[in-house]
Amino acid sequence: MANIASTTASAGTEVTARALREAVFAGLITLGLFVLFVGLKTDQNIRNELILTQRWGLLAIFVIIAMVGRFLIVAYVQPRLVQRKAAKAAAEDVAKEESFFSRNFSKIAIAALILYPPVILALTGVQGSLKWVDNFGIQILIYVMLAWGLNIVVGLAGLLDLGYVAFYAVGAYSYALLSTYLGLSFWVLLPVAGLLAACWGVVLGFPVLRLRGDYLAIVTLAFGEIIRLVLINWTEVTKGTFGVSGIAKATLFGIKFDASKDGFAAMMGLPISSAYYKIFLFYLILGLALLTAFVTIRLRRMPIGRAWEALREDEIACRSLGINTVTTKLTAFATGAMFGGFAGSFFAVRQGFVSPESFIFLESAVILAIVVLGGMGSLTGIAIAAVVMIGGTEILRELSFLKMIFGPNFTPELYRMLIFGLAMVVVMVWKPRGFVGSREPTAFLRERRAVSGSFTKEGHG
Amino acid sequence: MEYFVQQLVNGLTLGSIYGMIAIGYTMVYGIIGMINFAHGDIFMLGGFAALIVFLLLTSFIAGVPVVLALLLMIIVAMLAASLWNWTIERVAYRPLRGSFRLAPLITAIGMSIVLSNFVQVTQGPRNKPIPPLVSSVYDIFDIAVSLKQIIIIIITAILLSSFWYIVNKTPLGRAQRATEQDRKMAALLGVDVDRTISVTFIMGAALAAVAGTMYLMYYGVVVFTDGFVPGVKAFTAAVLGGIGSLPGAVLGGLMIGLIESLWSAYFTIDYKDVATFSILAIVLIFKPSGILGRPEVEKV
Amino acid sequence: MAIDTMTSTMTKDPILKVEHLSMRFGGLMAINDFSFEAYRGDITALIGPNGAGKTTVFNCITGFYKPTMGMITMKQKSGQEFLLERLPDFEITKHAKVARTFQNIRMFSGLTVLENLLVAQHNKLMLASGYTILGLLGFPAYRQASREAIDVARHWLERASLIDRADDPAGDLPYGAQRRLEIARAMCTGPELLCLDEPAAGLNPRESLALNELLQNIRRDTGTSILLIEHDMSVVMEISDHVVVLEYGQKISDGNPDFVKNDPRVIAAYLGVEDEEVEEVIEQIEEIEGEQGGTKQ
Repeated sequence: MANIASTTASAGTEVTARALREAVFAGLITLGLFVLFVGLKTDQNIRNELILTQRWGLLAIFVIIAMVGRFLIVAYVQPRLVQRKAAKAAAEDVAKEESFFSRNFSKIAIAALILYPPVILALTGVQGSLKWVDNFGIQILIYVMLAWGLNIVVGLAGLLDLGYVAFYAVGAYSYALLSTYLGLSFWVLLPVAGLLAACWGVVLGFPVLRLRGDYLAIVTLAFGEIIRLVLINWTEVTKGTFGVSGIAKATLFGIKFDASKDGFAAMMGLPISSAYYKIFLFYLILGLALLTAFVTIRLRRMPIGRAWEALREDEIACRSLGINTVTTKLTAFATGAMFGGFAGSFFAVRQGFVSPESFIFLESAVILAIVVLGGMGSLTGIAIAAVVMIGGTEILRELSFLKMIFGPNFTPELYRMLIFGLAMVVVMVWKPRGFVGSREPTAFLRERRAVSGSFTKEGHG
Repeated sequence: MEYFVQQLVNGLTLGSIYGMIAIGYTMVYGIIGMINFAHGDIFMLGGFAALIVFLLLTSFIAGVPVVLALLLMIIVAMLAASLWNWTIERVAYRPLRGSFRLAPLITAIGMSIVLSNFVQVTQGPRNKPIPPLVSSVYDIFDIAVSLKQIIIIIITAILLSSFWYIVNKTPLGRAQRATEQDRKMAALLGVDVDRTISVTFIMGAALAAVAGTMYLMYYGVVVFTDGFVPGVKAFTAAVLGGIGSLPGAVLGGLMIGLIESLWSAYFTIDYKDVATFSILAIVLIFKPSGILGRPEVEKV
Repeated sequence: MAIDTMTSTMTKDPILKVEHLSMRFGGLMAINDFSFEAYRGDITALIGPNGAGKTTVFNCITGFYKPTMGMITMKQKSGQEFLLERLPDFEITKHAKVARTFQNIRMFSGLTVLENLLVAQHNKLMLASGYTILGLLGFPAYRQASREAIDVARHWLERASLIDRADDPAGDLPYGAQRRLEIARAMCTGPELLCLDEPAAGLNPRESLALNELLQNIRRDTGTSILLIEHDMSVVMEISDHVVVLEYGQKISDGNPDFVKNDPRVIAAYLGVEDEEVEEVIEQIEEIEGEQGGTKQ
């Protein structure tokens, strides 16, 4: 007995000693990383010359946080995790009955989304609802739709596309330019924008068919940049960096959302407010996103969808089964691009203004990150990832109470992308397969069982 | 003719910088098969480190010789960038090694966002101009060659030859090549794979930091977004030359530098990046593994 | 010497005719002026030592390589002929009805076993779904076709004794089952000629026996001709009607299993002996075979 106690005690001191060592190491690394960038700050003085400001206190705080954090992790969190893992392994594998909530997750989510605007309206009033419907609802749904569109290319067909934003741009500019120059309505131009984007998908897809993996990635990235650069430089048509403004709004069966006599508010006898237009836009993007989901689910059960997934798993085997991989890849590009185009024209109608600034590489990266973080191929996972990542960064705009802690000069927006990037890294390391790693089979003989993520491949192209 | 040669010199200078960054991409890709998207931002970080060292030197010690200042800037920038890249590999890439291929790509993009925003937050979002370090211009056969350009080309040549030596002639280089060929087998034969990969990241970062210092010296300004465009160009260079091939990275870098300066000189400067990316696409259509890349054999 | 085998095959109808096939990789002549015929309804085996070029021949037939020279003619039951060296790989399966498996198994490991077989019926289902458009709109014709496709898949799963694992991911199957699945998947494309690249590689004796049975059933019930590459002589000698031997890219023997088994050139190629010693080797082999025959009985 005494023997055991002494060994555990010595193990305890050993852990503490190791934790101390690692803490000192982490402190040194942090010091090395931050000494130049946190300890010193470059500022312009009145004569516009650079001078250095010293911030050694801040640097000390960083180092101390790193040391204490590392110590706690090594000394307490890691042993706890090891114990939990052991306990989990020892416990019997009990087949869990899926709860009502998780079985009907998508139905509940759709119902919640449909009820969202009226509930917000009731809770916050007409003007208060603007922020919640627009910044959270519409913003997140746009990304959900874009990520679902990209999911067809990356998640199903396994083709790594780093320039998806190009199709978003094509859709947005199609609507912006055609409505400005030809005066066509949103409902006419929505399918046109989708078709044009799909055509671009084929045009850009064709030359890159032979490329695989990272070569495909860089060429799609290059195409994304080419489209943006053309939008910037083709000033006669696109007005360059100034962008196209004053884009016509969408109408609901010909009813306009404005202050006129036959506008929506007047007809319904409601006070005039832009909130109604936002709510209309919310339902519009919700409908578009659900259309994307519906088509994706349908396509997965069709030969073309199965061929996409088979292409992701093994291209050579596909060819040996008589599948034309060229048209299969092109349809994946075109379908994905089409939804990007729809989302783009929605974006144009929502903002009333488009400029090349909105279609930078970072957007492609964010959309791709949502697809991968959600779990490639899983619509639910992707929607969750979009809510977490986009909703999370939008919430940072709201944290004005932090000003009281860090002083009035503190702007949470500044940290938005920093935290977004960190979250990408943390989530990926925590769940490399994304939130929903398993895949739903598209057909079954006896029972539908999800396929574990460890079997699915991620494609070579 | 003089104009053309002049543009050639400008293109070579720019190409040297791209080439040095491209080597980092190509080495990391060669050894673990991932696109290190954060590499461009490591380059930017190196530039900032050099900037801060420069300001330290000028504000605390008056009259430091330029050669010494440059040397110190390069050394500190190399150390800082290497430490950052080493840490990033440990924290964001190593836990994902051997898992899903796209996972490290996403963490790399995440790290790229983190790095540029970190510099924005800690150093401010404005352009950081410095007075010119070296300003002499020589007239060689009617062609104006600035000292800056000579320094950049010479430093690039020295670094590349020492790199070539390390990779081809030293045990470290052998370990790298072995790991590149077959990681599992190399580990079985006693190569410390983790260490080799770490060293590769450090080497890549060191070169990127030198490129960052040169960039700062050449243009006299650096800003937190500077990682992206040179990063993408250098990555394009690496792919153009054949990713995984060191001479390919240098060749690709020089080609892109030349395309850019010649296109801007003879056509319109607005579309120079479009030209670069179009040439990349065209080359890859005809040579899908880049100019010097090993053709990918499709094993059936 | 080979006269009786020649006359016996003269009457047969060739399904695949390979003429003067040559394939060069850089300076290496992998296949050199190789000709053979496979007959309808036969199981034809292509054997040879490692590196003889068997898989290269397969890749030329199935369109994964374009041969440097030569002509490959596939003649269907209907009499229609296809020049395989001119078709892109997927059309060889789609139109010429030649299906293949791979030496290192190529599963869609993240799809279920059933889905693997549905992917193989892609072209048929594509047509039924009106190239996706009608199917997307929910036309009943596609639903009918997809039910039929599942029936076809069920049939082949039963034949390959995989029916119990139909809803499991293909990557989860043991090796032998994956081999059978690959064959079932190839059969779902509805081929007239089935090309199998080392189907028995890595199988244990029991699995090997099950494989023989599966192949013989396929031939008997569907009339599909089979061309296979094999190392395992017990498989080759037991089930094949016709054996072609390849060494260093050239044909060294062609005939029925007994003929090939006793061809000194084949023995020399397999055992690697000098020409003078061949006779001696043959005697030894006969002795060994006699003993094995004794123990079998």
